[in-house]
Amino acid sequence: MQYLHNIGAYFLMIAEMFRKPTKWSVMRTLILKDIDDLIIGSLGIVAFISFFVGGVVTIQTALNISNPLIPKYLVGFATRQSVILEFAPTFISIIMAGKVGSFITSSIGTMRVTEQIDALEVMGINSLNYLVFPKFIALMLYPFVISIAMFLGVLGGMTAAVYGGFGTLEDFVQGVQTDFIPFHIIYAFIKTFVFAFILATIPSFYGYYMKGGALEVGKASTTSFVWTSVVIILLNYILTQLLLS
Amino acid sequence: MIEVKDIHKSFGDAHILKGISATFEKGKTSLVIGQSGSGKTVFLKCLLGLFSPEQGSIVYDGKIYADLSDDERRDLRAKMGMVFQGSALFDSMTIQENVMFPLRMFTKQSKSEMEDRADFVLKRVNLEGAHHKMPSEASGGMQKRVAIARAIVNNPMYLFCDEPNSGLDPKTAIVIDNLIQEITDEYNITTVINSHDMNSVMEIGEKIVFLKDGLKAWEGSKETIFKTDNEVVTDFVYSSNLFKKVRRMYLDENE
Repeated sequence: MQYLHNIGAYFLMIAEMFRKPTKWSVMRTLILKDIDDLIIGSLGIVAFISFFVGGVVTIQTALNISNPLIPKYLVGFATRQSVILEFAPTFISIIMAGKVGSFITSSIGTMRVTEQIDALEVMGINSLNYLVFPKFIALMLYPFVISIAMFLGVLGGMTAAVYGGFGTLEDFVQGVQTDFIPFHIIYAFIKTFVFAFILATIPSFYGYYMKGGALEVGKASTTSFVWTSVVIILLNYILTQLLLS
Repeated sequence: MIEVKDIHKSFGDAHILKGISATFEKGKTSLVIGQSGSGKTVFLKCLLGLFSPEQGSIVYDGKIYADLSDDERRDLRAKMGMVFQGSALFDSMTIQENVMFPLRMFTKQSKSEMEDRADFVLKRVNLEGAHHKMPSEASGGMQKRVAIARAIVNNPMYLFCDEPNSGLDPKTAIVIDNLIQEITDEYNITTVINSHDMNSVMEIGEKIVFLKDGLKAWEGSKETIFKTDNEVVTDFVYSSNLFKKVRRMYLDENE
């Protein structure tokens, strides 16, 4: 029953987020700050993980191809497909649920505990619009992060293949170019936009509606990470079924 | 003026406010006192519009809050200033930005006008030179004064304070009390303070409403609270030996 209540409250929160907009001059500052915190601040970790996971995907694929009849360029093909279809949009989103999601839940949750949200409400400000909407807009730049993850994932794979002795540069590049289907990129970015919405709203929900003190802020961050990840995995399945099957 | 008429508020099975009526006059400092759990904070949050009473009404200068549209409520709230128990300063902003915040949200003033106004109110609460500090760098007393500055920066008609002295040393507490009293007189605003600090009661309680178990148990002023023989009030107010002695001395002097 509590789950149903939370789902209802979540959708009501989303509706409320678009009502009574905050003054544009203030909102612009909030959006820029959130772009810095959520997008720019995530680039380092995303780049690091993407590069090395791309390399690992390449090495594992190369090591598992023992049949001499399988062409060498398959390593590049498999790396591209893994990175573009799943690793960059989904795996990075799970990592972002931990990094960005926890940040959102704990920052909004702390504002709840210290009555800063009450202070906004008393002033007649729609606190949901003030706090959540800028995060939602900032995360609409999330596909930019995923593009970088895709590029660095493939680059990491290429580096591992060439410098690890698992294939030649020509083979890898040929594999990356083989049977390229542009719709796969569209599919990946559709998922990315959906996940961006989830990343902005579910952690905000758990932060905004938390009750208690500092300990509960920690608990809310954990719960928010779990549910953000669960929803991302479920939507990933549904979107893949709808868009690729 | 704020008129509260027979308000009731429950949370689940817990009936917190059981029909409270009171009037808070313009230009006067009114205190709502009572033990922890008596319903003071819920009462104040009802006045602020953060909680909606299930029964009864709250009237702000002739306007019934429950009958106002969303826009009218927003306009009314823009005329309210609130000092929270924990100050509730925005910790991502400097002290000056905190004070300027209501101006940025509700006025079309230029940056320099807002800065001038923020300077003026910060000076008013004796906080010159603290503009660029972050709230975390300020002491408890300074944070309370910043909260007061933020509450009054937009010339509110109503000022609410939730235990403004909690966690402060007695000297700073008196400074805060006097500041609130002076601001109330100076700007002729309706001030309602939640407190269980008896020093505040004696110092600035022009009107006192005593709550017990969600009901109004007594109403009076700092003068009449010495004379009352209402046992519920005397048990609470004069629970310490010091205040018992003060009361005895006051009564002896005035007999």
